[in-house]
Amino acid sequence: MWEPFLPSLIILLPLLGFAVNGALALSAARKSADAVRAGGEFDFFENGRPATHSLPTWVGPGVVLGAFLLTLVNFIGMLGADLHEPVIRSYWSWISIGEDPFSGNRLDVAAAIQLDQLSMIMMMIITGVGLLIHVFSVGYMQDDPGYPRYFAYLNLFIFFMLVLVMGASYPIMFIGWEGVGLCSYLLIGFWFSDEAKASAGKKAFIVNRIGDLGFLLAIFLLYLVFQRVDFAGVFGDAEAVFVYGGPVITTVTLFFLIAATGKSAQIPLYIWLPDAMAGPTPVSALIHAATMVTAGVYLVARSSVLFALAPLTSAMVAGIGVLTALFAATIALKQNDIKKVLAYSTISQLGYMFLGVGVGAYTAGIFHLMTHAFFKALLFLGAGAVIHSMHHALHHTKKDWDAQDMRNMGGLKAYMPYTWITMWLATVAIVGIWPFAGFFSKDEIIWMTAAMAGAEQAPYAGLYTVYWILALAAAMLTAFYMARLMFLTFHGENRTGSREAEHLHEAPRTMWIPLVILAALSVFGGWINVSTDLRESILGGFGWLPMGEWLHSWLEPVTEAAHRVQETNLGELAQVSPLGGGEWEWGLISFVAALAVVLTTLRFLGRSKVTVAVEDAEPTGFARILYNKWYVDEFYHRWVVDPVLTTSRFLWRIVDTKIIDGTVNLVGNGTRALGWVVSLFQTGQVNTYAFVLTVGVLVLLSMVVF
Amino acid sequence: MLAESLVVAGLIFVIGTLGVIVRRNVIIMFLCIELQLNAVNLTFVAFSRFVGIEGQIFVFFVIAVAAAEAAVGLAIIISIFRHYETVDVNNFNLLKW
Repeated sequence: MWEPFLPSLIILLPLLGFAVNGALALSAARKSADAVRAGGEFDFFENGRPATHSLPTWVGPGVVLGAFLLTLVNFIGMLGADLHEPVIRSYWSWISIGEDPFSGNRLDVAAAIQLDQLSMIMMMIITGVGLLIHVFSVGYMQDDPGYPRYFAYLNLFIFFMLVLVMGASYPIMFIGWEGVGLCSYLLIGFWFSDEAKASAGKKAFIVNRIGDLGFLLAIFLLYLVFQRVDFAGVFGDAEAVFVYGGPVITTVTLFFLIAATGKSAQIPLYIWLPDAMAGPTPVSALIHAATMVTAGVYLVARSSVLFALAPLTSAMVAGIGVLTALFAATIALKQNDIKKVLAYSTISQLGYMFLGVGVGAYTAGIFHLMTHAFFKALLFLGAGAVIHSMHHALHHTKKDWDAQDMRNMGGLKAYMPYTWITMWLATVAIVGIWPFAGFFSKDEIIWMTAAMAGAEQAPYAGLYTVYWILALAAAMLTAFYMARLMFLTFHGENRTGSREAEHLHEAPRTMWIPLVILAALSVFGGWINVSTDLRESILGGFGWLPMGEWLHSWLEPVTEAAHRVQETNLGELAQVSPLGGGEWEWGLISFVAALAVVLTTLRFLGRSKVTVAVEDAEPTGFARILYNKWYVDEFYHRWVVDPVLTTSRFLWRIVDTKIIDGTVNLVGNGTRALGWVVSLFQTGQVNTYAFVLTVGVLVLLSMVVF
Repeated sequence: MLAESLVVAGLIFVIGTLGVIVRRNVIIMFLCIELQLNAVNLTFVAFSRFVGIEGQIFVFFVIAVAAAEAAVGLAIIISIFRHYETVDVNNFNLLKW
């Protein structure tokens, strides 16, 4: 039996980092508040770098490095262990409710963590990519007055994210789920003095609350069914307790789906993610691309047995995924803010992951989650380096142009070669160019959709065929908008202005080294899970690519129950797509098509003239609809936000202040009025009292006598 | 004989009561209270002829208490008079809300 090495320390190290950086942030805040109270302005960097702003450089990335090394040790240990059951470490009894005398129900939730193949992969991504982004942040955020606060939040985020993936029960997972939402809110609104950014954080938090309600309801339902909510208990009995496709399991998984659409920014709750770009760019890379937003995919993959038992929900997961993938990709076509394009691209790629876990290819979903974490983090960090450079250049000459608008960039490859090359590697990875990471992961998802459409007893077979075609279409859109992003940013003439261009420069070393590491992962990361069919074809160099279906067999202990359910109920998956052709043929087709789209886009844009943001005309026609994001925000505002506000205002002004407060005030005022009336009798005149006394005695006497 | 005594006692009591209610001079009111007490005393005495000695005994108690009450009452009146320099009860209305 394999013994994990200090698993609790993996969680606790980032928490320690949060405590230290948080204390530094508080002391920095006090210093600046004292200075402001004394009437001055406070410049942290006046006398060099104070301890509050130099210690986080070591503490912040340091604790994550510690967590990463511990994870690595455990990962290597698990590699050699041949583990079939998750290793559970239970620390104390968290929620314990004794037996209900009427129903006999009881509830015991332990504060326990679970190490298995799935959580190990997630931990490697979180601490690994997290470490690189922490290092990048050192360069990116160093001159910000909120530097210690930034690292405090970032460490806290890593802590909660690890709780999310290491929790051994749904309630523990829920702590992490809520915690990462909190950190997301704090970091989106990091520059809270800008009201737009503060309200972007609020929007993210509120939209996520809707999803969180689904999570809670799902936990309650599971408790009703099982009387327990830990993974081992629920998954162990799921196949025996639930009927395949029955109403209860469908409801449970639908609630989980609502939760996942919120956290993972899927239709209909995706609207918070583009606004979340208000946060610092490394935050967008870590939270809003690589880790937190994939929590929904993790949730579905973790509950794979439950979803496999609910074919209707699975079809909905896949449907929502593919629609989101296509929808977000169309919006990304016409955005000019470099981070907005990447945000919609993230939503679109998350859609692919949902499609993967929806068609029952849980490994493929996690695989794409992993490769996406590499190349999307790289794209965001690269964009961060570009913005950093643009910001410096524009700041230098005090030009009030938007540092994030791609129309103001152009030709940056001459100034930022490392960023340029690494971002191109990430781009070819995301658009699915062979043999980069994204090709293998995306192709597996698309292929599994086709295989599902042709499965022996597949429910909704026609639907899956539609999904498959839409997924292929979305892949072409990805190729277009990514090529456009790269062209506008790095190629063609520089449009920043000749005086500004002198100040454009490559990012400092702490920033480009993480880019290079992530680039390597984006190139080779896909090789860990090449399906046998591809590997033996020309796309695998006729068996030359190493590792084969490593991730598939690695995750098998986690997904085997789900696969058992699928085999029983769906039968054999198809070997040819609905339009004919096997896996490697379609892989080749999508690769060639994506390559063609990229090259055509580059040629097409190379000939057209790009105008800078201030001179550019508003788009017209269909482009205008895409530019305005299909008016979804406006739609929600009109039909959801406004009615809620109107109702709230009615409840506040009429029901609360008038009816409820009115009733309370009426009781109070009535008592006072009555008191006033009665007090009139108290004249202070002895004669009156004597008179009243006499009358009273007479009345009493007459009552006795008569 | 009893009826006449009770009528007289009743008349005196009513006169006393009306005096307390109507008059404003606190000394007169005080005297009227004495009237009421003595009307009651008269009733006790009248009934004691038929009921027994207890009525007479009770009258002694009443007289004793009335004497004490007169002493205290007059003392209060004097101290109030020293304060207000009047004995008109209309001026004594501090015990009002």
